[in-house]
Amino acid sequence: MLEVDNVTIRFGGVVALDGVDFVVREGEILGLIGPNGAGKTTCFNAITGVAKPTKGAIRFNGESVAGRKRYKITRLGIARTFQNIRLFPEMTALENVLVGADARHKTSVVGALLRVYRVPVKRHELAEVTATGGLARLAQQARRTGQRFFGLSRHTLEERAARAKATELLRLVGIDVRAGELARNLSYGEQRRLEIARALATEPGLLCLDEPAAGFNPAEKEELLALIRKIRDTGVTVLLIEHDMRLVMGVTDRIVVMEFGKKIAEGTPAEVRENPKVIAAYLGVPADAA
Amino acid sequence: MNFQFVLDNLAALTVTGLTQGSIYALVALGYTLVYGVLRLINFAHSEVFMIGTFTTTIIWAALGFGVGAAAPSTLGVLGLILAAVLAAGAASGATALVVERVAYRPLRKRNAPPLIFLISAIGASVALMEAAGAITNRQPRGMPSLVFPKVQFSIFGADVTNLQLGIIFSALLMWVGLDTFINRSRLGRGVRAVAQNPEVAALMGVNKDRVIMLIFILGGAMAGAASVLYDVKVGLTTYSVGFLIGIKAFTAAVLGGIGNLRGALLGGLLLGVVENYGAGVFGNQWMDVVAFLVLVVVLLFRPNGLLGESLGRARA
Repeated sequence: MLEVDNVTIRFGGVVALDGVDFVVREGEILGLIGPNGAGKTTCFNAITGVAKPTKGAIRFNGESVAGRKRYKITRLGIARTFQNIRLFPEMTALENVLVGADARHKTSVVGALLRVYRVPVKRHELAEVTATGGLARLAQQARRTGQRFFGLSRHTLEERAARAKATELLRLVGIDVRAGELARNLSYGEQRRLEIARALATEPGLLCLDEPAAGFNPAEKEELLALIRKIRDTGVTVLLIEHDMRLVMGVTDRIVVMEFGKKIAEGTPAEVRENPKVIAAYLGVPADAA
Repeated sequence: MNFQFVLDNLAALTVTGLTQGSIYALVALGYTLVYGVLRLINFAHSEVFMIGTFTTTIIWAALGFGVGAAAPSTLGVLGLILAAVLAAGAASGATALVVERVAYRPLRKRNAPPLIFLISAIGASVALMEAAGAITNRQPRGMPSLVFPKVQFSIFGADVTNLQLGIIFSALLMWVGLDTFINRSRLGRGVRAVAQNPEVAALMGVNKDRVIMLIFILGGAMAGAASVLYDVKVGLTTYSVGFLIGIKAFTAAVLGGIGNLRGALLGGLLLGVVENYGAGVFGNQWMDVVAFLVLVVVLLFRPNGLLGESLGRARA
């Protein structure tokens, strides 16, 4: 699904990534681990188009990612969260997710203004007549009749679908009761979950999570594990950067280990745990203590 | 110093101030939108307004309402205003878009420092103004009065004319439309997302270039509408008309909190009213001095403007 092919990134004289090579397979959960400064986040940045590879290529479903605009990479199907939470603080939780969902809208700017693209409506989609009398009732009835004759614009239907999807995603990550709250007023854990929901709203094939468990207590980590598995089961491939070894070992199918910008090991959790290079470089302690 | 005059005519001065302030507010929206998203003062916005004032005279002349034309019927007035708003809105929006494409986008692609944008903005402003000056031979263009002020009612002893009412209500209507668009629509959501965090917005699939185009068009269209109101009110325009209006509108935006749509409205109305009071106290020749002194004093106490800076805010 995603091929990272011999990617090197230099910032001035510093080599942040040095010939990194790995693939993410469809439907798996791949862990990306390594000590601080190993180049994990740089790797994410390269995949999502924030950093440009000096050498090498990144391909997503066969299409080259490098040099594409960031929003286009997102529309290709790569979404991410951030190590340090980066929400839209002055928007509600629901709106944050909607921004992600908007990436999949088909109606153009002009289309949304003119709304000539009409779609016939089903009965339950018609505007409801709730007022009991007077002008309000008349207006609602007029609206309903109009919709019956002219249908709804695709823009309206897409907007409705986006709201439904956003609400559904908020429920998936467990913060649907906070939908109307401004993102900056959410608790730390809720903000982390909201980031995941927002990323999922872009309908990614590949979801990149950058230390999603940072600052979580063990119970929250357990919930997060379950959530990551649930996301994978909906058909989304997951690339996970994580410091917590227990979490990584518990949830990933395979692990790529990095140090000083290079890949030093790759394999199943069990294989990686036994790898002497990994033990020396990353864990620094006997493998079973991890 | 004539405080008694101001006290005696407080209501009347307020009404004329609000009328003038509505025009400032509409123009201020353009500064505030662009600043909110790009952190850039688009000094060429004053010329976007100027283009609108000329477009209005051209479209009116084309519709047979040139100098010396007889006053049209009420329906004719509405039609002429509608045609002018559409034409001036389109012309101003297009001008703003061209400025963005020619003066700012190439710099953005090269990651130029903010100072370079500022120079480019001033350059675009002067170029447009002088071009209009050359084309019109620096002659002001008059137009026949479209609306003859007629007193509709009195409030606290101030006569309110149909013209004043029309200008204030049109400006409010435009503002409400823009505010609703930014806060309720899908595109507005994109605008707010980019204003709050452009990097992340791009990673969530927002097309930043399209958002930038959109805000320039929107800001330009607002200036175009303001230019029609200005033409109706003043009946005269010239190539340098944008300069003072532009500076005042920019002041209004900063006064209310630049980057904040409600701030632009509040700042515009407030500036219009205060400068009118000032003119009443010190005489008309002191009007602009008062306006800018007010700016300095307000910023001393509230450096971010009255309502603070933020287009991204839900209450933007």
